Amino acid sequence: MTLTRLLTGAALALGLATTAVAQDKTKVGFIYVGPIGDGGWTYEHDKGRLALEEHFGDKVETVYQESVPEGADAERAITQMALQGADLIFTTSFGYMDPTVNVAKKFPDVKFEHATGYKTADNVSTYSARFYEGRAVQGHIAGKMTESNIIGYIASFPIPEVIRGINAAYIHAKKVNPDVQFKIIWAYTWFDPAKEADAATALIEQGADVILQHTDSTAPQAAAEKAGNVITFGQASDMAEYKPKPRVSSIIDNWAPYYIERTQAVMDGTWESQQTWDGIGPGMVEIGEITDAVPAEVKEEALAMKEAMANGEYHPFTGPLKKQDGSDWLAEGEVADDGTLLGMDFYVEGLQSEIPQ
Amino acid sequence: MDLSSINPALLVASLLVAATPILLAAIGELVVERSGVLNLGVEGMMITGAICGFAVSVETGSPLLGFVLAALGGAVLALLFALLTQVALANQVASGLALTLFGLGLSSLMGQGYVGIKPPPTPKLDIPVLSDLPFIGRVVFSHDLMVYFALALVAAVWATLKYTRAGLILRAVGENHDAAHALGYKVVRVRLMAILFGGACAGLGGAYISLVRVPQWTEGMTAGAGWIALALVVFASWKAGRVLLGAWLFGGVTVLQLNLQAAGVAIPVEYLSMSPYLITIVVLVIMSADKSRAPASLGRIFHASA
Repeated sequence: MTLTRLLTGAALALGLATTAVAQDKTKVGFIYVGPIGDGGWTYEHDKGRLALEEHFGDKVETVYQESVPEGADAERAITQMALQGADLIFTTSFGYMDPTVNVAKKFPDVKFEHATGYKTADNVSTYSARFYEGRAVQGHIAGKMTESNIIGYIASFPIPEVIRGINAAYIHAKKVNPDVQFKIIWAYTWFDPAKEADAATALIEQGADVILQHTDSTAPQAAAEKAGNVITFGQASDMAEYKPKPRVSSIIDNWAPYYIERTQAVMDGTWESQQTWDGIGPGMVEIGEITDAVPAEVKEEALAMKEAMANGEYHPFTGPLKKQDGSDWLAEGEVADDGTLLGMDFYVEGLQSEIPQ
Repeated sequence: MDLSSINPALLVASLLVAATPILLAAIGELVVERSGVLNLGVEGMMITGAICGFAVSVETGSPLLGFVLAALGGAVLALLFALLTQVALANQVASGLALTLFGLGLSSLMGQGYVGIKPPPTPKLDIPVLSDLPFIGRVVFSHDLMVYFALALVAAVWATLKYTRAGLILRAVGENHDAAHALGYKVVRVRLMAILFGGACAGLGGAYISLVRVPQWTEGMTAGAGWIALALVVFASWKAGRVLLGAWLFGGVTVLQLNLQAAGVAIPVEYLSMSPYLITIVVLVIMSADKSRAPASLGRIFHASA
């Protein structure tokens, strides 16, 4: 056999061997909307990624890119990740919806998981958590603990997820405290500590003594701590350095079980496009430790509500409920269906401001 | 809509706090531009100051030391700019922009280990009787040291430029560097010192954001405050008093629009968000209808002719 043939044969064998070895490792990519150090949303997704690495060890290789802006640049980032050989890509923000779908068309063999979106395809799944269950608990605690009856809410963008959160919190605050009033500031950002600090300060100056937030940094907690008698709740992660006050509880997103399950599906070849929307029951939403700053009976009620939601006995959107314009929405005992919740674009009765367009 | 929920004392107090970083950066840039150098690197110097101040504060536990080293950090970055434009005679606009990008990147690198950490709190002034006065107490006597320092700095810069010989030399260099050189003044040295001063002030402004206003460190946290300060200097026709007015206006409307949102005012949120920029521009443009011009040598490269 000539030298060239021998070498070609060796090269081919080596190439096949390396591809075989490479295929053994599943490459999982993550696109983050903020920095992994935000102590909030992205931090929890990254914890999920680390749990994935710990669970599968050498069988997976993870890559991530942080602070990818939503929009056109996202498409470039996702494409690059797919070109680098990722088998499964998690895009962790609502604004990545269209870019994910576009890139998925170009890479039919790569699986995509889009967080908090609603567009799917053969190789695109969506997943989200029922954060509104956590908001219900927050609203209950807030309604009971507020002394000025003014609750401040730092909202991000007027999308259904945020509006659901506001409604859920309001319904439960109002149930325990009919005089409660919500003041809402739209920050138009998921993560901007300076703006969040300013918004929190403005709300506190207007008399709010509870601050709820749908933005990702710990700046509102810092502003509340500076002001003194204000309580806050951790958003998306525990924000534990502000315990026991101002942070009295938190909503913790727990993505690890879902990520491990989906990566296993890709490895087994059983991955299929689906829409997952899990809450407290399946463990995707956790309520962070309720500190002693909360009175004992309020804490018990909150934990009881959490159990009821976990068992499926209680749904935060149970009638009778009316929409802000006075029209009927849910009859006595009726529970809102997922479709309405996913597309929610109205406030419930009692909220006084308007949703920006 | 409940406008009565907006407390005027707290609003004015917040206004002063919100205006301080921009005021510090703008007054530094005013001095630089009056000496004839166009420094577009304010944003980079601010954010470098922010991370320097934050890192030093966290490590040593002293916000004051943080501020001092933030000024130093801003000045060191400005030194780079000075070397490029005064010694190497590079184009000032391009160098300034490069400085901004470099500063942003450098600060991200330096800040890697500091995301999510709480800095030591900066103490607020608390004079026993004066701070408790109903309106004035909160507005005038209850701020942290940097607010008063910024106001004192503006007054000092104004007085220096107007009444002292040093100020006159600075202005002369800015108006006609060839004539100043012919008279024997060291143009490069004057400009170098002005640039260092501008860098130090921008660094202080950035540190104020990361140590007092937010207080936290995140990448890109100045969010364009340096550019606003730059624009402010131009719109204020290079006059210190107008820079103060512009900073107060900008800070004030920013805080007001958040309060209006919280009070439930029916103006759409988008208009409220753009109001600080619009209002500041409009007011300052109207005020500049008098025939003020830029320093005549602004942005021009100085070649020392024999």
